[in-house]
Amino acid sequence: MPSSLTHPSASTLIRIAQLHKSYRLIDANGKTIENAVLQNISLSIEKGEFVAIMGHSGSGKSTLMNILGCLDTPTNGDYWLEGQNVATLSNDALARLRNRYIGFVFQGFNLLKRMTALDNVAAPLLYAGENRANSRKKALEQLRRTGLEKFAMHHPNQLSGGQQQRVAISRALINQPPLILADEPTGNLDTQTSKEIMALFEQLNREQGMTIILVTHENDIAAYAKRLIHIKDGSIVYDGEQALENIRDSAV
Amino acid sequence: MRALRMNRLRTGLTMLGMIIGVAAVVLMLSIGQGAQTKINQSIETMGSNLFIVLPGATSSGGLSFGSGSVKTLTISDARAITELPSVNATGPVISGTAQLNFSAKNWSTSITGTTPDYFTVGNWVVEDGSIFSESDVRSAARVAVLGSVTAENLFGTVNPIGKTIRITNRPFQVVGVLAAKGQSLSGRDQDDNVFIPVTTSERQITGNQFPGSIRYMLVQGKSPEMMEEAEIEITQLLRQRHRISDGMENDFTVRNLTAIADVATDTAKILSIVLGAIASISLLVGGIGIMNIMLVSVTERTREIGIRMAIGANRRAILIQFLLEAIMICFMGGMIGVILGIGGAWAISQAIDMLVVITLSMVLLAFLFASTVGIFFGFYPARKAASLKPVDALRYE
Ligand SMILES: Nc1ncnc2c1ncn2[C@@H]1O[C@H](COP(=O)(O)OP(=O)(O)OP(=O)(O)O)[C@@H](O)[C@H]1O
Ligand SMILES: [Mg+2]
Repeated sequence: MPSSLTHPSASTLIRIAQLHKSYRLIDANGKTIENAVLQNISLSIEKGEFVAIMGHSGSGKSTLMNILGCLDTPTNGDYWLEGQNVATLSNDALARLRNRYIGFVFQGFNLLKRMTALDNVAAPLLYAGENRANSRKKALEQLRRTGLEKFAMHHPNQLSGGQQQRVAISRALINQPPLILADEPTGNLDTQTSKEIMALFEQLNREQGMTIILVTHENDIAAYAKRLIHIKDGSIVYDGEQALENIRDSAV
Repeated sequence: MRALRMNRLRTGLTMLGMIIGVAAVVLMLSIGQGAQTKINQSIETMGSNLFIVLPGATSSGGLSFGSGSVKTLTISDARAITELPSVNATGPVISGTAQLNFSAKNWSTSITGTTPDYFTVGNWVVEDGSIFSESDVRSAARVAVLGSVTAENLFGTVNPIGKTIRITNRPFQVVGVLAAKGQSLSGRDQDDNVFIPVTTSERQITGNQFPGSIRYMLVQGKSPEMMEEAEIEITQLLRQRHRISDGMENDFTVRNLTAIADVATDTAKILSIVLGAIASISLLVGGIGIMNIMLVSVTERTREIGIRMAIGANRRAILIQFLLEAIMICFMGGMIGVILGIGGAWAISQAIDMLVVITLSMVLLAFLFASTVGIFFGFYPARKAASLKPVDALRYE
């Protein structure tokens, strides 16, 4: 168990203690059963970390990510984000928290279909209270940085998967949040595009010190991260540094 | 591109529901209101407490004599009826058609030979000059009173009073012009007419196979309460005068026109109600259309709401967005619907010469109902979605 859990410091971004998540299901006999998806999860993530979460399908990775992103609530246990106990926050406060502190990148991109790439990227700024003109200006700059300037006026379905994911990343970055949560960001992309996306994440982590947590099934994607968390049946079975070179070499 | 087009389609369909619902209601209500207004106008100009007395029995053992084909009613019958205590006045009528000439113009119209009382009974208003007098009737004078349409067609801007016209080539002096009345309940133009003394008509214009007989008479009762009494008295008097023995059928028919007018009023009301019901159904169907389209898009909207929550929208921001959207769609659809409804009503009034009446209240009713339905079903699913946990909204299938 990492020592940071017992001694949280100012540089701790995320701290989770004895977290449980279960769903109530009704079985074939009509009896309600508790389906425990996450059990006794405790972890702590420092600012600037690059973490990969791995595990079999159904092991609870997305469930954990959703809780980390304040999109879902745990059944039991505590979650502190930037020192705030998330459970005590109102819905509006959570919305503000997601807006300022967290950038989401989803496997299915989750862009707003009705809006242009530019307006998609600008949306979080609007919710942060920025006016439309400024939001668009900043969004265009962001798209320029991700190399998508000429697609600004395209709608999501006029873009390739890689382009859509880069728009989604631009959107995640627009409010300069300290934390990026990426649930299988390369799951729908080919190898080459995946590499480009991962290079982008690595650069953000290295140059801007962004904390990145990503879920993946692929070793060579996980290899970009410095820390690996392995989940099995809702429990953490491995949490530690990975020998980057070794894994990268073995993946090639 | 397709998502955008799908979205336009959805917006368009929602608006179409609004447009059809609102336009149908405005159209139906304006037609119903028009019919009612028109009938009321006709009744107002008809005169009150009226009977029409026609020669011939209503029916005679399956063999019916056409009214007017039997010359059993006479001018002296009319004079006798006038004397009844329950009767106010009587207007005997001999009618036909005649060719009228003034300088180079000629005009063919219906001619009515009658007495001065006819104008009282029929609630006529004199626009210019005066009606002819009892002495004109006694002397069978060649004087004429013109209906407004006839005066207009024969004289144009010239003042007809004192001018001499020719009626079937005999000279008549115009003494008066009547104010316009519009159409009768049966749809006849009451202003295309010329009136002359009944005696003059009988002797010089329409001629008469049976001297003294008339086509029909209008009888005005003293008051609404005395109508029943008047009908009995008229019937008794005429039976007596026509020497009809007990057990024999009347050789005349007395009809209460006010009662007929009441029926017409009721009919107009029923028409209004039926059209109103049809309109409500269109509105309901339109409303269900709006509802369906709004609900069908719930999946898409719920996802969208999930995404918006993930990137930091709070509940209020989401509700305002969807409310504004619904209001926009409903407002635009409603406006177009109102415009189409009014336009359609106008087109109908032009095409088939029907009176349509559009009131602010019917426009508001249609607009508000459709807007309420549209806004509710546009807003309610969004409200529900906004109360979900973001993760559930994102996962919504
Ligand atoms: N809303 C829900 N209701 C009931 N059970 C759920 C719900 N969401 C997830 N689960 C269950 O929780 C378990 C973990 O799901 P989760 O999506 O976290 O898996 P995952 O590790 O992300 O898998 P994958 O790699 O396939 O994405 C699964 O067994 C799933 O059936
Ligand atoms: Mg998953």
